[in-house]
Amino acid sequence: MFHWLEKHPFFFAVGVFLVIAFAGLITVLPNFAQSSRPLIGAAPYSTLELAGRHLYIKNSCNACHSQLIRPFKSETDRYGHYSLSGEYAYDRPFLWGSKRTGPDLMRVGNYRTTDWHENHMKAPADVVPGSIMPAYTWMFTKLADIDTAYAEQVTVANIFSVPYNKPVPMRDGSTKIVKMGSSVEDANAMALAEAKVIAADMKDQDVKDAIAAGKIPEIVALIAYMNSLK
Amino acid sequence: MENRPLEYDYTVAKLFMFMTIVLGVVGMLIGVILAFELAFPGLNTMLGSGVAEYTSFGRLRPLHTDSIIFGFVLSGIFTSWYYIGQRVLKVSMSESKFLMFIGKLHFGLYAVGVVAIVASLLLGYTTSKEYAEFEWPIDIVVVLIWVLFGISIFGLIGIRREKSLYISIWYFIANFLGVAMLYVFNNMEIPTYFASGGHGDILHSVSMYAGTNDAMVQWWYGHNAVAFVLTVPIIAIMYYFLPKESGQAIYSYKLSLLSFWGLMFVYLWAGGHHLIYSTVPDWVQSMGSVFSVVLILPSWGSAINMLLTMKGEWQQVAASPLIKFMILASTFYMFSTLEGPIQAIKSVNAIAHFTDWIVGHVHDGALGWVGFVVIAAIYHMAPRVFKREIYSKSLMSTQFWIQTLGIVLYFTSMWIAGITQGMMWRAHDEFGNLAYSFIDTVTVLHPYYAIRGVGGLLYLVGFLMFAYNIYKTMSARPVEEYELQNASPMGA
Repeated sequence: MFHWLEKHPFFFAVGVFLVIAFAGLITVLPNFAQSSRPLIGAAPYSTLELAGRHLYIKNSCNACHSQLIRPFKSETDRYGHYSLSGEYAYDRPFLWGSKRTGPDLMRVGNYRTTDWHENHMKAPADVVPGSIMPAYTWMFTKLADIDTAYAEQVTVANIFSVPYNKPVPMRDGSTKIVKMGSSVEDANAMALAEAKVIAADMKDQDVKDAIAAGKIPEIVALIAYMNSLK
Repeated sequence: MENRPLEYDYTVAKLFMFMTIVLGVVGMLIGVILAFELAFPGLNTMLGSGVAEYTSFGRLRPLHTDSIIFGFVLSGIFTSWYYIGQRVLKVSMSESKFLMFIGKLHFGLYAVGVVAIVASLLLGYTTSKEYAEFEWPIDIVVVLIWVLFGISIFGLIGIRREKSLYISIWYFIANFLGVAMLYVFNNMEIPTYFASGGHGDILHSVSMYAGTNDAMVQWWYGHNAVAFVLTVPIIAIMYYFLPKESGQAIYSYKLSLLSFWGLMFVYLWAGGHHLIYSTVPDWVQSMGSVFSVVLILPSWGSAINMLLTMKGEWQQVAASPLIKFMILASTFYMFSTLEGPIQAIKSVNAIAHFTDWIVGHVHDGALGWVGFVVIAAIYHMAPRVFKREIYSKSLMSTQFWIQTLGIVLYFTSMWIAGITQGMMWRAHDEFGNLAYSFIDTVTVLHPYYAIRGVGGLLYLVGFLMFAYNIYKTMSARPVEEYELQNASPMGA
């Protein structure tokens, strides 16, 4: 049979394809629907948080920081409750990472503040002596891209039925509504309102001036995202 | 028909050979910079804080991995295809104007892709998925490049004179099909500009999969990109050049048959080992773990087949630097395909995952196996393509030892770093509290990061010697009237 295949390239290629293709189907498909289900308490990202998430990706923060807490005592002691599948239901893409050069950030919002992030992103080694993380000074002057975050919200709401402007159940039995702007202008205004709350806890004069002028520096969006990780 | 050998046409092979060397230098240089940035973080702003955005670790890291995998290695694969394909199918590229055009278009589009990728990654356009960072317009270009590669493979097969497909061709076919399937499904994404009615950045897209599913698809891809770019076509290259260079026939046909179909069947199941103790279903994790161990069989089948091809001719290893590269590569293939399965065992993975041991493992394969095979292939092809002797055999030998030393420094330092960090993360004191804060587990790694940087630098130095050697070879006066049959001619 193999000798015959080696003289018939078409059937050889079909054979190879069949042998390599079905493993993917069998591992990915059976739990696909179950793995898409959100956990109670999981909510979609606000516009500002999503813009921050885009910056997290833009600077490949995921190259050094994981967002996946494994079910070991040493990990839950350090980072909090181990990760559950449904917590990631609104993460497109997933950001688990594959290397922990820096600590896990899955629940960093539980134990770090706006103030801490501001100082740390400016000069990491001043906050954590011995840190090898680079400073992200340009994020204090460059502006966040709210329009693209809004475009993504519209896309996922329409195509994947992500529940923006709809009540999502919380763990204490209440519900929460994550709002999405009705237009780009509306989305920008909502993001600015959210940014003002964060900037109020910051000291950097450039950031304060930008916010006062109705602009949102990258750092504010990033911190909004960091604070949302719980 | 005239009774003279076919004149093969190496125009496209030459173009891709230059690309291999250029992108090899670029990718390895960025790698060395990244290594030293981890050891000496001040280097993140080496060109001043004004452009720190473009020189910081995070921005450069995808550029390193992608320029090595899809730049250096893939160009090396294309070079070898445009050289080997004609020869084992007994048909020249010059016989078909169409295939020649496809070959040149393939290279042209590839060059466009390279420029687009470098620019977009530096500017921060990335989907974050490892080895699939490119945004949607580039994904379309990649698919087109791949289709052209497929036309070239099946076109040449279509007009072949030798009816039976040599082993290398099996692996090239698998390379084409595997990557096509994996790349398309992992890059399913929706451009938000069009889906939202024209808002935001036109280059931005959002993944069709979310969370755990996204991770499943990504590591099904990520693991098998390693299989179908860094293993399958590299075996194809090895199966052609080792017998050619040594003058020995492949040791066993049955063993190559078993390893080929075994590798095809087993590899795709092993992706789950990247997700052990994550939130993907437990059975997927266990399956990934088990199949990774099973994967030793076909991997070692190929490696043993390569090594035994040298049976009775081991003196060639001492005599020829080119054979040295190939034999060390086969040995590193055995080594990293044993190391990988060990890391895939759940209890070992608990320590190894997220640490530098994984980085070390990848580089065992990339530097020792893939890099050396590509280098050896070009050393074998250059005298035949340019019809000139290799410029310097002693330079080649020196390069071999410098690079080997570099690899040894790389993996030993990363083993120690990874296991040290893995053990420190989980250490508890006598009261059950964590023994170390996270920063303790970072500062302790400084010496190993520095040693790793030196190891990488040595490998880069060796590669620059290789580039120089090839440059001097191609610019020298031609001496060969006829193509040589077996071992490469050595100057000096």
